[in-house]
Amino acid sequence: MSNSSPLVQAEHLTCVREDRILFDQLSFAINAGDIVQVEGPNGAGKTSLLRLLAGLSQPYEGSISYIGKPIVQYAERYHQDLLYLGHMPGVKAELSAQENLAFNLAMAGGDSSLAEDTLAKVNLLGFEDVTASHLSAGQHRRIALARLWQSNAKVWILDEPFTAIDKQGVTALEKLFVEHAQNGGCVILTTHQDLALPENMVKKITLAYRLF
Amino acid sequence: MSSLSYRQTFALVLKRDLTIAFRHKDEMLNPLLFFIIVVTLFPLGIGPQANTLAKIAPGIIWVSALLATLLSLDRLFKADHNDGSLEQMLISPQPLFIFTLAKITAHWLLTGLPLILVAPILAALLYLPEQSYSALFLTLLLGTPVLSFIGAIGAALTVGVKKGGVLLSLIVLPLYIPVLIFATSAIDTASLNLPYNGQLAIIAALFFGSLTLAPFAVGAALKVSTN
Repeated sequence: MSNSSPLVQAEHLTCVREDRILFDQLSFAINAGDIVQVEGPNGAGKTSLLRLLAGLSQPYEGSISYIGKPIVQYAERYHQDLLYLGHMPGVKAELSAQENLAFNLAMAGGDSSLAEDTLAKVNLLGFEDVTASHLSAGQHRRIALARLWQSNAKVWILDEPFTAIDKQGVTALEKLFVEHAQNGGCVILTTHQDLALPENMVKKITLAYRLF
Repeated sequence: MSSLSYRQTFALVLKRDLTIAFRHKDEMLNPLLFFIIVVTLFPLGIGPQANTLAKIAPGIIWVSALLATLLSLDRLFKADHNDGSLEQMLISPQPLFIFTLAKITAHWLLTGLPLILVAPILAALLYLPEQSYSALFLTLLLGTPVLSFIGAIGAALTVGVKKGGVLLSLIVLPLYIPVLIFATSAIDTASLNLPYNGQLAIIAALFFGSLTLAPFAVGAALKVSTN
């Protein structure tokens, strides 16, 4: 990237939920090549922070910018470069694994015919035509995560991506994150697991639980 | 990476919603069955006198259609909200009104259209005069989409509320009243062999007004209620 401004920059973020200040005057910059792990106890505001960064909710105070441009004004541009997976995987129980992934790929402007091959990458080959309601929680998350393999988005924001994923799956994902970071993207994730990634690649943002 | 056109996005979402509905046949048939049951209960309760039934037929059919639509509204965005698909819609680079327009269209195809198709049979049960049938058909054709569009605004506003059913009715029902008044009045006027273009024009105005404005209102409401 020739641009010197960081990929995602947050300035003086304050988030208030139910009259409780979750975090106050939080500022950070995320550059291309960063993998950022947001840490903190339950209820500290990790998900709220990710939702703010994805543009799903507005901060009480402060601003977020993407390559120097505020994401509120340039939402369309930002959302083209963003892949966000919330703690609900966004998988339709009535549709098969392949239909779910094909829809998600098509929505992102990708090639939906790649859905079958992509499912192989997340160990779901053989389950393409099974309706998602017959699959396990981990398999649901795998359907949602399969999109990462076909994604051209620069910014990945992942809320608890490893929930219900087995060890092999976690290793494969970590490898993918490193590749993505090396290709000039960034990954922002929350997890309670320790990442088996090189120390110099992972940045940490630690949120503390505040009573008021 | 190619960007999707509005038409492609619309088609994708519409197709997905219809596929999901057809795999959930019980939920899909629920409003239609409700409509048929309510309308058929009236002759049993009031008695089979042809003049009485013919007089109240437009009201019965329209009130039942309205309640049947209301019954189906709660689910419009609920499932998407619960499984996280709604969040994905909100952060899509495609404009939100395409999604909401597609979802409302799917809702109308699944609830409004079946009502229009069975209404003539039920009208026959209620001795609706022959000359009123075209008015009944036209008011339903223009009026049921209005019910879907306005209802979607209420559904979007209450999507974050756990038990939003009562609130939804309170928000939406008052807004349905204009459609109800002009639709039944049009059918009544038609039964007297008088022109009902005026009433029809007002319903058409409501239709085009809601068609153009509701998708944006729904989008804004979804943003507010998921914030």
